[in-house]
Amino acid sequence: MRYFESRVIANQRVADDIFVLQVERNSAEVAAGQFYMLKSWDKELTLMRPVSVFKADESVLWFMYRVVGSGTSRISALMPGDKMRLLGPCGNGYPCDALKGRIAVVGGGLGIPPLCETAKTLKARGATVDAYLGFRDALFAVEDFEPHCENIFISTEKGEEGYRGFITDLLSPENYDTVITCGPEVMMRKVASMCAMTDTRCYCSLEHRMACGIGACLGCSIRTKSGMRRVCKDGPVFLSSELEW
Amino acid sequence: MDKNVTLSVEIAGVPFKNPLVAASGTFGFGGEYDELYDVGCLGGISSKGLTLHPKDGNEGIRVWETASGMMNSVGLQNPGIDEFIDTGIAQMRQFGNVLIANMGGHSMEDYVAGAAKLSNADIDMLELNISCPNVKSGGMAFGIKAEVAREVVKAVRDVCHKPLIVKLSPNAENIVDMAMACEDAGADALSLVNTFQAMAIDIHKRKPVFNNVYAGLSGAAIKPIALRMVHAVCQKVRVPVFGMGGVYTAEDVLEFVMAGATAVQIGTVNFNNPLAGRDILDALVRLCQQEGISNISEVRGVC
Ligand SMILES: Cc1cc2nc3c(=O)[nH]c(=O)nc-3n(C[C@H](O)[C@H](O)[C@H](O)COP(=O)(O)OP(=O)(O)OC[C@H]3O[C@@H](n4cnc5c(N)ncnc54)[C@H](O)[C@@H]3O)c2cc1C
Ligand SMILES: Cc1cc2nc3c(=O)[nH]c(=O)nc-3n(C[C@H](O)[C@H](O)[C@H](O)COP(=O)(O)O)c2cc1C
Ligand code: FES
Repeated sequence: MRYFESRVIANQRVADDIFVLQVERNSAEVAAGQFYMLKSWDKELTLMRPVSVFKADESVLWFMYRVVGSGTSRISALMPGDKMRLLGPCGNGYPCDALKGRIAVVGGGLGIPPLCETAKTLKARGATVDAYLGFRDALFAVEDFEPHCENIFISTEKGEEGYRGFITDLLSPENYDTVITCGPEVMMRKVASMCAMTDTRCYCSLEHRMACGIGACLGCSIRTKSGMRRVCKDGPVFLSSELEW
Repeated sequence: MDKNVTLSVEIAGVPFKNPLVAASGTFGFGGEYDELYDVGCLGGISSKGLTLHPKDGNEGIRVWETASGMMNSVGLQNPGIDEFIDTGIAQMRQFGNVLIANMGGHSMEDYVAGAAKLSNADIDMLELNISCPNVKSGGMAFGIKAEVAREVVKAVRDVCHKPLIVKLSPNAENIVDMAMACEDAGADALSLVNTFQAMAIDIHKRKPVFNNVYAGLSGAAIKPIALRMVHAVCQKVRVPVFGMGGVYTAEDVLEFVMAGATAVQIGTVNFNNPLAGRDILDALVRLCQQEGISNISEVRGVC
């Protein structure tokens, strides 16, 4: 993990309020499911912002983010060549090396992008991956999943594209050895309870407000079956059977 | 141009190689930040706030950004004093700087029992956080009324053979009276300020952000008030003072020293810049050179 300055390569709008940021990597090997703390300000905002790795190669990091407030709107104004600061890679990613067989990645909203690097890594390790992607209305990132997935299922809330309704309606956990989910907590809870019924191993990637991002402040602690855990350091990926939902 | 600047200071007989100390609760036991830079470059580290028994801390949102600062309601999550003595001390010792054990408590008995244990452990100083709510007096913090604080400090002083720092709450009825009562009760040093009691509301949910309704405000927003409090206290006490509250830069460090502080603690800034400890220290050397300060103690209390 490092705290470093990096240069913006590109920062493009891909849907209404969703952007893809590319920056020079300048940091260690990145595992699927890890995140970075980002900032493009000095002291004007107090805290850095946690954003998951969407894609990574030897020299570039991609982040896909939705503009929701002061920090993400500042980040969205970055132009190619601008400098920004990153802290990471933070947290534990998915244990991709240990995951074999048929795997479903189930994402909702801005929980979708982090699953892209995950699908890629799993496929490279020999697993077969199906993606279940639930969108509000406009689609994004779907083509990024295509090279890594056997099947891709899509839903939108009003049915503009794909299935009309919730993505969990399409999922049958018993068809998979492992289910990996990232997205709104209600969706992950639903996935986790479906998996519990079929005894399917399920990993969830949690979101929590963070200050330090490295495990020092205990601002992101959650209660788990094995005691208090820090989402930033001990997670953000947890086995659903560990969570106290 | 290589003018030497002396930054070392002494507090209650304990030598600090420089006056920068990581503030309790923002720096864990130092290990996480040590992955990013050698935290041994700091004068000292104040541990995460410890309690006699392990604590899980508060439910719900714990950190919240505010204009020029943040609020927190971590609720003293910590592994307990026994676990700290078994593993935390060894971790902090490897940094080679001053090891300050910060301790909280919710009853007089807990404070005394905890202090007795820590006093016999391999720590350099004990920092007594009296901002904690006292369960026996309806949750009002020990650090509000000077007479209540005096009792706790006296009782802890009786069992503590290590240099004792008392950390004051800015929510005290009268911070100067509080400081004098703690000095009188046997404190070897004071540190101030802890966080200001504050509030945030989620207008969409029409509810307070924090489960405990109120939470502690820190960061740049509190600096001018913290500076005033440090200044006022330093006029009236003889014991050395650790100043803190919104220290973000080397200039801020000098302001607190000029207000009378012997050393300075940095908290929230670590979240804004994880290398803040090292960066502020480097900048402080350059700033002293520019300002013609050869020993930081020259400017202590000049205001
Ligand atoms: C591990 C992790 C990975 C994430 N990955 C992504 C991602 O890949 N893409 C994406 O669009 N978003 C992601 N998020 C959510 C993202 O961090 C927030 O949307 C962002 O911090 C909002 O900042 P803001 O200043 O625009 O909003 P504001 O509301 O102005 O932020 C105020 C404060 O609240 C915090 N905050 C607000 N919303 C959230 C949230 N949902 N989660 C955590 N903190 C929040 C901010 O960090 C900041 O400290 C992730 C969050 C976590 C914890
Ligand atoms: C997340 C967080 C946790 C804290 N935990 C403690 C604690 O356990 N004990 C304590 O004495 N002070 C604690 N504090 C207070 C700080 O040590 C410091 O007094 C205060 O934040 C003011 O300094 P700052 O503005 O530089 O942060 C905490 C502050 C923050 C932001
Ligand atoms: S954000 Fe500080 S411990 Fe997780």
